Amino acid sequence: MVTTKIKREGAVLFSEYYRGDGIRKAFTMSRQDILAEIKESKLKGRGGAGFPTATKWMLTAAAKSDVKYVICNADEGEPGTFKDRVLLLEYPEVVFDGMVIGGYTIGAKEGIVYLRGEYSYMYEWLQVYLEEMRKENLLGKNILDSGVDFDITIKMGSGAYVCGEETALIESLEGHRGEARNRPPFPVSTGYKQKPTTVNNVETFAAVAHIVMKGGDWYKQHGTDKSTGSKLFSVSGDCKNPGVYELPWGTSINELLEIVGAENTKAVQVGGASGVCLPKSQFDRTLGYEDLPTGGSIMIFNENRNMLKVLKNFMEFFVEESCGQCTPCRIGNTKLLEGVEMIGRGAFTFGYINKLKELGQTMQVSSKCGLGQSSPNSFISILNNFKDEIFNNGFGGRNGK
Amino acid sequence: MENKKSQRAPVSQKPHVVEKPTRVGTIGGKVSIEINEKKVSVPLGTTILEACRDNHIHIPTLCHHDDLCIAGVCRLCLVEVEGMRTLQASCAFPITSSLKIKTSTPMVRKARRHIIDLMLSEHYGECYSCVRNNNCELQSLAKEYGVDHYTFGHVKESIYPVDNSSYSVIRDMDKCILCKRCVRTCIDLQEVGVLEAINRGDKTKIATFRDKPLADVVCINCGQCINRCPTGALHANDPSDDIWNAIDDPDKHVVIQTAPSPRAAIGEEFGLEPGHSMTQEMNTALRRIGFDAVFDTNFTADLTIIEEGTELISRLFKALVEKDESVKLPQFTSCSPGWVKYIEHFYPDYLDNLSSAKSPQQMFGALIKTFYAQKIKIDPENIVSVAVMPCSAKKFECNRPEMWDSGFKDVDYGLTTREMAKMIKEAGIHLPEMPKSHFDSPFGDASGAGLIFGATGGVMEAAIRTVVEFVTGSKTEDVFENANVQQVRGFEGIKYFEIPIGDKVGPVPELIQHLIPNWDWLKGAVLKVAVCHGTANAKKVMDDIKAGGKFSECHFIEFMACPGGCLGGGGQPIPTNEEIRMKRAQAIYAEDESLEIRKSHENSHVIKLYEEFLKDGPSGHLSHKLLHTGYTKRGKYIA
Repeated sequence: MVTTKIKREGAVLFSEYYRGDGIRKAFTMSRQDILAEIKESKLKGRGGAGFPTATKWMLTAAAKSDVKYVICNADEGEPGTFKDRVLLLEYPEVVFDGMVIGGYTIGAKEGIVYLRGEYSYMYEWLQVYLEEMRKENLLGKNILDSGVDFDITIKMGSGAYVCGEETALIESLEGHRGEARNRPPFPVSTGYKQKPTTVNNVETFAAVAHIVMKGGDWYKQHGTDKSTGSKLFSVSGDCKNPGVYELPWGTSINELLEIVGAENTKAVQVGGASGVCLPKSQFDRTLGYEDLPTGGSIMIFNENRNMLKVLKNFMEFFVEESCGQCTPCRIGNTKLLEGVEMIGRGAFTFGYINKLKELGQTMQVSSKCGLGQSSPNSFISILNNFKDEIFNNGFGGRNGK
Repeated sequence: MENKKSQRAPVSQKPHVVEKPTRVGTIGGKVSIEINEKKVSVPLGTTILEACRDNHIHIPTLCHHDDLCIAGVCRLCLVEVEGMRTLQASCAFPITSSLKIKTSTPMVRKARRHIIDLMLSEHYGECYSCVRNNNCELQSLAKEYGVDHYTFGHVKESIYPVDNSSYSVIRDMDKCILCKRCVRTCIDLQEVGVLEAINRGDKTKIATFRDKPLADVVCINCGQCINRCPTGALHANDPSDDIWNAIDDPDKHVVIQTAPSPRAAIGEEFGLEPGHSMTQEMNTALRRIGFDAVFDTNFTADLTIIEEGTELISRLFKALVEKDESVKLPQFTSCSPGWVKYIEHFYPDYLDNLSSAKSPQQMFGALIKTFYAQKIKIDPENIVSVAVMPCSAKKFECNRPEMWDSGFKDVDYGLTTREMAKMIKEAGIHLPEMPKSHFDSPFGDASGAGLIFGATGGVMEAAIRTVVEFVTGSKTEDVFENANVQQVRGFEGIKYFEIPIGDKVGPVPELIQHLIPNWDWLKGAVLKVAVCHGTANAKKVMDDIKAGGKFSECHFIEFMACPGGCLGGGGQPIPTNEEIRMKRAQAIYAEDESLEIRKSHENSHVIKLYEEFLKDGPSGHLSHKLLHTGYTKRGKYIA
């Protein structure tokens, strides 16, 4: 068993909670009340996209179908993210209770955890945990004599980044190639096996369990007006204390850097490979849906890092991880990587690099799913924010100086 | 049709199932939207692309095809929808609420141009050395969007070797733009499932099982993928150079047989609207090219009806009167080589149900190098026999090792309609300007029954026209108005039809008197037949037979591998869609009605053939040697 130390346990996700608490409380409430409570909390999806959880659940609950599904997205493939792993290993009670609450609220009898392929080591242990829950009648038929049936199965992913995208995840669950679907229809009406499905991040379920226990008002006290509650951040890179931190939304980059003990920081990549890269001048920006929405990946680069190499690494990742179905993402990422390599060799023109930036903008609006829509982010932000370093640092080619 | 489309779609890509129209702004299942600031009203669930087309707004598409389920992968048909952060693929966006759509904004135009540029950057090869030059959707788009240089470079070296292992379909993956039309054709439209995307990211490619050569997988050679490929990545194995060599060789006697479907479609290659029959113009053109004789495959289609019909009657007699339990019913048609290979792979236990009669092409081949060679006194060695077919599977069929019954390769080359058109053009001939001329003796013109083999239901109709007269002794026209069996026509996927024989039976015709004594045993019987086209429908019928359902009680079932039958074959002009296939069918049926002889058994040349050559009659010894064949249990697992 691998254990990970939580570096900072905040006031929300790590507040007192015992297995089954949320389920017991939820069963005393009507489905409408639960939805109202979540709506009150203004909880937004913790995977990164930030879709209001209450809306998603309401739509799934309202969809007419005998069979519905709750899926926990534990694919956690974004480079630099490792908070879901910690939650599942150390706080499975909040995650699984959140799923049961979800099942009760939307009317699903089946929950599925889509577990990242690389997390196969925790599979057995999670099964043991689920079995314990079944023994305590927190899962299975007629949970706590409430008449509610709900059970959870765990399905392993196979290591494709794109399967963190909810429709690709569903495709993968169904046994198909991991490729994003056309939306609409959305999973809330036509999801797993064509049935209404809600797909939420591990952390979202955890938040729900706490919200049901303590109320939307309590949750709202944390964070900012538009970004309520707290967030788990996976902090990695050049700092003294990398690890998982729970911080309230609204924390600025500067504050975060201080907490984690980062010095001589040159750049911070917020949101993983698909996120944006901030230079020093923007460290006063705050984490939150108002300014810097993120799934929680924070990568810190100090003055010794070569930003072009950082960018190249990201682009190589996308070239390999694009599912390959839509043109802008499949070929676009290759072209962006070629551009990065051209800069590295000094064989480029600014005209062409600008064309690639325009291409990146096209990819952001034309790709089929979030992968291609966000993959140019680091290309555009690094080239814009670090142009002095990249173009005036001896790399310049014919027109590079 | 809508319904059928959604059934074909893979589970993952089914169009949005729209429930009751309850939203504000929808009245009577319609929703009013704005396209380019013009208000229009469209049925709920219409895609943006359909709505735009209905309103004469052109949207470029590439992965979209009328016959196929929605993919939304090329991203060319992007439009702006108010309130949405990203552009939306119009082909995949069902309208369920009031939308404001813009189809030509700077963002849309730039995105489309970028996508074309990206495709071109990975599209290896030059247009002038491509089989699809001037009929390529990527080329047209490049022109439409004014591409005059490669913005993002252009691949300079070939990456994938050409797979020319198959007699029928050649895959040149360097030209593939990954629109996945072939995948959707193979998996969803035909339910054969030979092609699928493998790998991911920049290594994504379309491949066969374990990336084997096409000849080594369960490909049925139907060529439907070719018809839907927007570029030159898929094309047929073209033998025209060899045919030119034969024509140019003074020692060779080169003959050609022409199937019913090419003549109904070849005009499209010369700029005519679909639905113009070019039978007699093509005869002249083929002679001018240098073919020594031009024959009508419909002649052997008539012969097929006699042989296959006789076989059916024999089977019924053995099963019903002699109670021979080894006789397999229903009898399946065997003239579609795509279907034959399909059943060999997927339902090998049912090969005994297949009629042993060869396809018209192969019957003709065997006759040309025997009967015809004797008649004109030419050594069969020096005869080169070509068949122009709407079909790519015919190329495989003529190369089957069992098709050497004349002692020589019965048919030397199978040529598609497209390749024929190319040869005609190469000879400097504009087909529509040709004077008309008839087919050559000794086979002469054929009946309308042979002609309608080209459309789904045609074989069945031809068989019914003959069987009804054989058994009841009355005219087909008395049973079916104008001898048109409407019940088996049309593009419905699976057609089922019952023909009550009644109490009045006629005398047994002379031609088959050696097989059965009388028709009394068919009195009051009901002949049950079915017709299906496209292997996806064939699969449904076969699964039903396996499960002992309705179709297992049929007596005779027509199977065609291609949607629409031969006229929608994999060798026909590109593009194809339901509308085009419909027009080709109309051309075929119209020509049938214009003919005097419309029943196979009334074809005097066929009767003469039995008198002069196949003297022991249908299903006789010689006909079995030359006109019948056997099949191979292939199964799905190929080493």
